[in-house]
Amino acid sequence: MGFCGTLRPGLVQLRVLDLDKTLDFYVNVLGLDEVGRTSDGRVMLKAYDEFDHHSLTLRKANEAGLDFVAFKAIGPNTLEEIKERTVAFGYQVTEKPANSDQPGFGKRYSFKISTGHTFDVYCDVDLAEKGPQIKNPDIWTTPPRGMRAQRLDHFLLYGPNIAEAERFCEEVFGMFVPEICNTEDGNRLATWITSSNKPHDLAFVEYPQPGKIHHLGFYLEDWHDVGNAADWIAINHLKLDIGPTRHAITRGLSIYFWEPSGNRIEVYAGGYTAYPDNPQRVWDAAQLGRGLFYYSGEVIPSFLEIVT
Amino acid sequence: MFRVTVRETGEWFPCGPDECVLAAMIRSRRGPVAHGCCGGGCGVCRMQIDDGQYEKVKTMSRAHVSETEEGAGIVLLCCVQPRSDLLISKSDSAVLKSLKKDFAFG
Repeated sequence: MGFCGTLRPGLVQLRVLDLDKTLDFYVNVLGLDEVGRTSDGRVMLKAYDEFDHHSLTLRKANEAGLDFVAFKAIGPNTLEEIKERTVAFGYQVTEKPANSDQPGFGKRYSFKISTGHTFDVYCDVDLAEKGPQIKNPDIWTTPPRGMRAQRLDHFLLYGPNIAEAERFCEEVFGMFVPEICNTEDGNRLATWITSSNKPHDLAFVEYPQPGKIHHLGFYLEDWHDVGNAADWIAINHLKLDIGPTRHAITRGLSIYFWEPSGNRIEVYAGGYTAYPDNPQRVWDAAQLGRGLFYYSGEVIPSFLEIVT
Repeated sequence: MFRVTVRETGEWFPCGPDECVLAAMIRSRRGPVAHGCCGGGCGVCRMQIDDGQYEKVKTMSRAHVSETEEGAGIVLLCCVQPRSDLLISKSDSAVLKSLKKDFAFG
């Protein structure tokens, strides 16, 4: 459970270039389940260990990238409070009605933040038909496939003015910031933000172009499953970016690669336990290589430069 | 096996008819592009094909190659396979150029 008004990022809509090929990756390689299709042909997916209706929607488009991310609020009063605080923060809020573009979801408030990304917030969502068991539960109902992704974990967004985006997440969502990276002149270069014990629910990197996504992260059980993911990347000739490796930032065990439409995916395990009363960890930009890739201590150009 | 020549350097690398030009370029280490998403999404491997026959086998993101540009031989190398020897040259988009200049990591 979250420490604050928002529980977690619960829904992401991604743009894909080749729907069939990319969907095959998400289902048969990453291991998500197809929940259904919208009347306009978008595909709804969820991981096997998630309770809510769906957590990822794929939309066929002529550009790859991110349409929006949505955060689940703890209840209707909190949802209204977040809406009011968002307006007071200076962002224009629109309402997306229940069961409109996302079947199973209640109404969502939607707004654009300083980095150019569209954020939604909601509190009501139907439970999935194929959710985890709850009565004397087994660990799964049907054997997890492929990389065995358990749930959506986090995303890293690239855009301008991340200092404002960080302040929004703290002041409006009530999130906290376990880890930051500053440039030599003291400006924010990157920030890792969470609403719960996870080391990050989302992260930002300062970047001149708005609205970009660096990667979407899914959670795996352990280091062994990161190795299993590496095997699936190789077997399927997916383009590896980096890993298996460990981050010093978040302490996550990780591997990055690109899905068939060119959106970068991370599968991730572990990570430290974040508490809002813990001191903030601070990285100098010059040490970022070691922060990102603890074993090699070096960043690779593709990791920093490529976004969709 | 076809020969893909980079106009700026005169260097060439071999590329089979069943592989994308980017994969062959990365393998040979004889070209301006060393990495990319290989899915047509990120735009890093955008180049101009000046001469030769090729086939587009994947969708290229319109964020990086417009319809007009595509008609003029601008491609994402990860989305095309050769059908003859090729002559290629660099064609950074305005967006990529500005990012290389402005990006905080330098």
